[in-house]
Amino acid sequence: MYKLDQTPLLFESSRPGRATAILPAADVPDRPLDDVIPRAHRAADSPALPELSELDVVRHYTNLSALNMAIDANFYPLGSCTMKYNPKRNERLAGLPGLGAQHPYQDDDTLQGLLAILYELQDDLAEIAGLHAVSLQPAAGAQGELTALLVAAAYFRDRGEKRTQVLVPDSSHGTNPASAHLAGFEAVTINSNGCGIVDLADFRAKLSDRTAVFMITNPNTVGLFDPQIGEISRLLHDCGAQLYLDGANMNAILGIVRPGDMGVDLMHYNPHKTFSGPHGGGGPGAGPIAVRDHLAPYLPAPLVGRHPDGTYFLDHDRPKTIGRVRAFFGNTGVLFRAYCYIRSQGPEGLKRVAQHAVLNANYLLTLIKDVYPVPFGTRCMHEFVASARTLAKDRGIRAMDIGKRLIDFNFHAPTVYFPLIVPEALMIEPTETESRETLDAFARALRQISTEDPEFLHNAPHTTPVSRLDEVKAAKTPVLKWQPE
Amino acid sequence: MDPTQLRYSPTHEWLYLKDLTATVGISRFAVDQLTDLINIELPAVGTRLVRGKSFGEIESVKAVSDLYAPMSGEVTEVNTAVVDNVQLLADDPYELGWLIKLNVDDAAEFGELLDYEAYEKKLAEEAH
Repeated sequence: MYKLDQTPLLFESSRPGRATAILPAADVPDRPLDDVIPRAHRAADSPALPELSELDVVRHYTNLSALNMAIDANFYPLGSCTMKYNPKRNERLAGLPGLGAQHPYQDDDTLQGLLAILYELQDDLAEIAGLHAVSLQPAAGAQGELTALLVAAAYFRDRGEKRTQVLVPDSSHGTNPASAHLAGFEAVTINSNGCGIVDLADFRAKLSDRTAVFMITNPNTVGLFDPQIGEISRLLHDCGAQLYLDGANMNAILGIVRPGDMGVDLMHYNPHKTFSGPHGGGGPGAGPIAVRDHLAPYLPAPLVGRHPDGTYFLDHDRPKTIGRVRAFFGNTGVLFRAYCYIRSQGPEGLKRVAQHAVLNANYLLTLIKDVYPVPFGTRCMHEFVASARTLAKDRGIRAMDIGKRLIDFNFHAPTVYFPLIVPEALMIEPTETESRETLDAFARALRQISTEDPEFLHNAPHTTPVSRLDEVKAAKTPVLKWQPE
Repeated sequence: MDPTQLRYSPTHEWLYLKDLTATVGISRFAVDQLTDLINIELPAVGTRLVRGKSFGEIESVKAVSDLYAPMSGEVTEVNTAVVDNVQLLADDPYELGWLIKLNVDDAAEFGELLDYEAYEKKLAEEAH
């Protein structure tokens, strides 16, 4: 196997004079550099870049890339992240020159196909949400949350209502209270009850005429659908507040429940989760938001509009808009992939996605729950949260040890220690794209790990180029820059 | 400090009150839950704390968690040794790992904190 300790850094491989290309002599007259760029405008020294051949660089990155865990190589049950397979046809579509090679400063007339796709995607996302209007601008789920809360704030401001609080369940994604804070609200935590869903008494107690928005993730982060959603919606709307859905878990209800029918007024999507956009790589991502009609005037401008003659345009004429949150039309690459996915699944396919995501999660839960108890119920939606608390107490095996050891089995770790309401949490989301054989193999690995020597597990992983890393040291004294010795 | 003689908040802070001066820390249970500690942020002397509101943050490899004031009052002393070396808190949450001292506003709030037995009972209940 490829060894990391045999891989020098590019800086260490540098040899003076080595280069990726040696150009033939120029056939145009040379001009002295001082004539072209005066000395005063030039740095005294060249930047300290490594000198390498093209092959050095290609090998270096190719070898490193082979060390990555990725959905194309490994089962990746990272709870809350919906690491489903990203169909290659999405990539082909997004790479078409008619889409990928366009420039946002072109006239709308020359971008009709691209705008048509974005327009239809707005429509599709509105239909799936059961809501009225969609903005594709936000560049990530968290920015979608922030944008939607700014839309809600503008709505209340317009009505002359002073509402200062956003209610957030204690099982929420950390982005929810962060977005509320950034949008100028006070985030108020709502406790979960003994069943892992919203504590309705606590919700009632904290609901008031100061409440602007309640942000719910449904199904929530422990993988449970909150059946009180109708009651929550009624209480909230009686109070004049708005219901927000964190759409991170849409994979569980796609085509089966429309958030609008649950009383949701505004929500964001995570296309990289639900609609198979690629994760990671530093983006760019997208976090489209959908809202009910009374909030539509405040959406970021422009939206993609359609003239009666069937041509598409960017609609800037939106006097109540909160303004732009992202340049141009948002990050179109990931939006095209979402469009391709939605259209290649169709309504029946999207429904099957949700059904199989839930089926796979429940199957896996059944295979491991006797060894890894699932505190909140024995059924789940698209994901579930198992606990290693008994293993930790009896044998000193913690969730982190299990996650690290799974790497030796060529599986990515589940999300660990989240949500915070489950001790020693292992949050597992297999997604619908995994086969029964993969789920069986993963369950076997988890069961085997539970019987292994705790000391052996504390030092896992054992088959990787580097073994257990010191996370405290990495956080406290990170080495972020190569320095010559 | 003897843990059995302290009072506790439901959010795992401990408090020791003498006259109107309270010493505040977090419980062994909380420290164990956080796992490996990385950093702690505490308020400056003179900061006004409101019972139940955040007065600082503690970061572990798991998460960043808020610290909540068990009583209202004004910060009179901060354990800078723990800020410089958070490992003190992990090793000794009840002595060297104390966090802040407070001049409390209202001694009556003390009565609303949990005593050791009630806190232990709460932990046992949560374990189910």
